[in-house]
Amino acid sequence: MHGLINRSIQSFLRDTYGQPLWLRVAQDARLGFENFEAMLAYDDALTEAVLNAATAALDRPREALLEDLGTYLVSHPNLEPLRRLLRFGGVSFVDFLHSLDDLPERGRLAVPDLHLPQFALVSYAPNQFVLRCRAEPPGFGHVMVGVLRAMADDYGALAMLDYAGRLAGVESISIELLEARFAAGRPFSLISGTHP
Amino acid sequence: MAGRPLTPAAPLGLPPKALAQLMPMYLWLSAEGVIRGAGPTLGKLLPGNPLGQNLSALFTLRPPRALGDGADLATLTGVRLQLQLKSPPATSFRGIAVALAEGQGILLNLSFGIGVAEAVRIHDLTDADFAPTDLTVEMLYLSEAKSAVLQELRAMNRRLQQAKVAAEEQALTDTLTGLANRRAMDQALDRLIGRSAPFGLAHLDLDHFKQVNDSHGHGAGDRVLQVVARVLTEETRTGDIVARVGGDEFVLIFPGLAQIEAMGPIAERIIARLSEPIDYRGEPCRLSASIGMTVSSLYAKPEADRMLSDADRALYASKSGGRSRATAWSLQDPPPTDRRGRGPQPPTEGSAPAVVAKKP
Repeated sequence: MHGLINRSIQSFLRDTYGQPLWLRVAQDARLGFENFEAMLAYDDALTEAVLNAATAALDRPREALLEDLGTYLVSHPNLEPLRRLLRFGGVSFVDFLHSLDDLPERGRLAVPDLHLPQFALVSYAPNQFVLRCRAEPPGFGHVMVGVLRAMADDYGALAMLDYAGRLAGVESISIELLEARFAAGRPFSLISGTHP
Repeated sequence: MAGRPLTPAAPLGLPPKALAQLMPMYLWLSAEGVIRGAGPTLGKLLPGNPLGQNLSALFTLRPPRALGDGADLATLTGVRLQLQLKSPPATSFRGIAVALAEGQGILLNLSFGIGVAEAVRIHDLTDADFAPTDLTVEMLYLSEAKSAVLQELRAMNRRLQQAKVAAEEQALTDTLTGLANRRAMDQALDRLIGRSAPFGLAHLDLDHFKQVNDSHGHGAGDRVLQVVARVLTEETRTGDIVARVGGDEFVLIFPGLAQIEAMGPIAERIIARLSEPIDYRGEPCRLSASIGMTVSSLYAKPEADRMLSDADRALYASKSGGRSRATAWSLQDPPPTDRRGRGPQPPTEGSAPAVVAKKP
């Protein structure tokens, strides 16, 4: 698993539950080091070990933890650069949903060895969508539920999101857009540090 | 789109809004260069209302050339153009102009060049100011993503650099020769003294090393030091410690060696072998070695600094006695300075650094 993903999980655990918890997880997972490097690649087994150690240490279900991770990725100030890169996906929440099909390519443009899950968005009605992702590690769909929830907030959209299960390695999320401009949302300008 | 096109009509039989969607940065010019219509994004960038103004009043061409009447305009069609706003912030554009049907004038489509990020910042543009086919926003995404990646890499390089410095500080090996370094030597001496184990200590300095460096270059010097390291390793036992402690200075530690007389033959062998010419690119480099020796059994309470200093004084005696020889330290009435003390000074009578080995 790419260091960026492992590093995100580390930041999430550290920023949410504190450095001592992270150190304990790193030890329980037998990482042999205290910090993931964002720009290195790691064995997939390490990611799995960290997630298992974290669910055990926090006594929280894996799904809930992964969803919180997704929310954290978009909404925590420490990861503002990531939120910005996601916002480049579109001018509205629906635009953003459609941009997810391109997400792996967008990721690779920035970091050539970054392999993000493949997404496919299906629209059943103007405001009803299902997002499918073929993802590793299992449960990545829960991360996406958190990401989408936070992105809907970011765009000021009101949406209902549900994890709809996993079948043959494909996880599904149902999305119902109740209101596209429910709130003001957070500002975004094309150039970092300026607000239109 | 963000704004409305600044024209009541548009060429090509298109409604102005449709043309604006396709090309938010178009200019429609009369054959004389008068602006008849402008796309909404361009409208944001131009000072005041551009309609009715001449193109040459608002833009300059790059490289500079006359821009004005109909004849000039015709020469601009079909080629890549570089334009610049006359008013601040002098934004640059690239463009392409095409001649419309007779009497319809010229259609000029502009885009930002490489300075797009600056233009977007200055003019406060948004996604909606660009045509959906335009990759400007992707370019901004990419530039921001790469900056973030670069920042991570920079931070990692910094951490690696710090780790390297820390590792070097803890290192026990001399990188050029692979011998122990001064830190490893200090640790070995502390260990032996801590255990009260007897040991011999030899301080070796190469003779004529500077001449080798001066006449054959530093490459030769490095090569010589590597050969010397190999000789010293070959001429000592597995448990002995050979350390490079300076440019051409070495310290040899012989655990278990209690009699200074036993060091003589070893020193003699080493000097003999180091006196053999060393080949560097077909050229023989000639040098030799001077050695000063002491053993822990000479001291009631051996101390590393004291023994090193005594071995150093014995080495000085070898140097001043004509080089290429070994001198053993003796405790009777040691001289007051070492060879780095008050300049060259032969050992006083009776202080007894005694030559026990000479080049055969």
